[in-house]
Amino acid sequence: MRRFFSALLAVLFVYIIFQFIQVLPDYGKVDLSKRVSERFVLKNVSEENGKVVFGKSRNLEDGSANIVTSVVVNYRSFDTLGEVTVLFVSALGVGLYLGGFKKLSCKIRVNNILHIGGGIVFPLIMLFGAYIFTHGHLTPGGGFPGGTVIAVSVLLLYISDEKFTVSREKSKLLEGTMGSLYVIVGILGLMIGGFFLFNFMPTGTVGKFFSSGVIPIVYSIIGLKVGSELSGIVTDLFMEEGWK
Amino acid sequence: MIYTFAILLMGIGMYGLISQKNLFKQLISLTIVDTAVNIFIIAVGYVEEGKAPIYFKGAVDSSVRFVDPLPQALVLTAIVIGLGILALGAVLLIKINEKHGNLDVEKMRGVEE
Amino acid sequence: MNIVILVFGVMMLVAAVFSIETKRIIDSVIGLSVVSLLSVLLFVFMKAPDVAITEASIGAGLVTAVFLISLFRMRGGDES
Repeated sequence: MRRFFSALLAVLFVYIIFQFIQVLPDYGKVDLSKRVSERFVLKNVSEENGKVVFGKSRNLEDGSANIVTSVVVNYRSFDTLGEVTVLFVSALGVGLYLGGFKKLSCKIRVNNILHIGGGIVFPLIMLFGAYIFTHGHLTPGGGFPGGTVIAVSVLLLYISDEKFTVSREKSKLLEGTMGSLYVIVGILGLMIGGFFLFNFMPTGTVGKFFSSGVIPIVYSIIGLKVGSELSGIVTDLFMEEGWK
Repeated sequence: MIYTFAILLMGIGMYGLISQKNLFKQLISLTIVDTAVNIFIIAVGYVEEGKAPIYFKGAVDSSVRFVDPLPQALVLTAIVIGLGILALGAVLLIKINEKHGNLDVEKMRGVEE
Repeated sequence: MNIVILVFGVMMLVAAVFSIETKRIIDSVIGLSVVSLLSVLLFVFMKAPDVAITEASIGAGLVTAVFLISLFRMRGGDES
């Protein structure tokens, strides 16, 4: 009886949503010049530019080659500050409920191949994660995927080694420092440019590594913050009550 | 069309959320709904014969069409926040299990008819 | 191209129904991981590489790990 009524409710919900999406244009046939994203793509939100050419345009309003990065960090940077706060609150909640000092022990001994292989692969994965968040303005990726790859490497080391722990004080200290650094970069922008989170460093040519102002710095800060936050969540799940 | 698949997946997730009695399955249905909404948002921003929104060598931007970058920027952070919500929900389930003994909604001690 | 999207979409719906209706909880966690993996394929077809990298590393790694560790803590040592 319960399944019948819940299936009826789900079918009604799907039917109502189908009626509501008739106002959207067809799949794929969108005219981009009617949306505000046209100005993000051509990089002329507040100034008038000509064409944007890879490798030649200098000192544009925002010089990164990855358009999604320029939207997340430069044009809508205040929203990214809010998302980072939401992540911080959820990691705080996990740390309040769980948390102890003794690592969970399981009854099966760790295999030797897993132990040694995990030790070899761990620095390579961490290097890959650091590459992703420092080259956020040239290749797809950025701070958020880079942080999750770093957290996955810490998880690998937890599984493959029985005595490995990350000390909670150091990871919470790193996370808090990176969060405060993001706000300090914003206040520097306010003092120099007149707007909070203004891009105050010079933006060079599109496509070089040292370009696009303050974007690589901010993405490195976000990458380290997300990585240490997710590693803190994984650590709190592994520890149980007790003393060392 | 991808709109159809995303909305059907949302419907399946809602069915699971209402009809299951185990709290763990309800958490899994919530994650399925979250994934379906992310697919729908990116499907709104797709342009036919557009390329991925990164400038590359040889691109002159008045003749190259790009896919809409704004929905992708929204979904990028929404995925990571979905993970944070899932972790908090799992912690609450651990605590409920310690207090009541099992995870079934109808068998919890203290819930009366 | 349309046939490929249709096949993957139907596989995703079947995996979602399986993960809700099965009796053991470990099977439904694996079904959720399959849904995440197929959604990564749909993101690549819609030309969104940043979103695909993020969803791949979260859906296939961290979500499964969080679920399995919390299951381990509740049942008291049924898995390795």
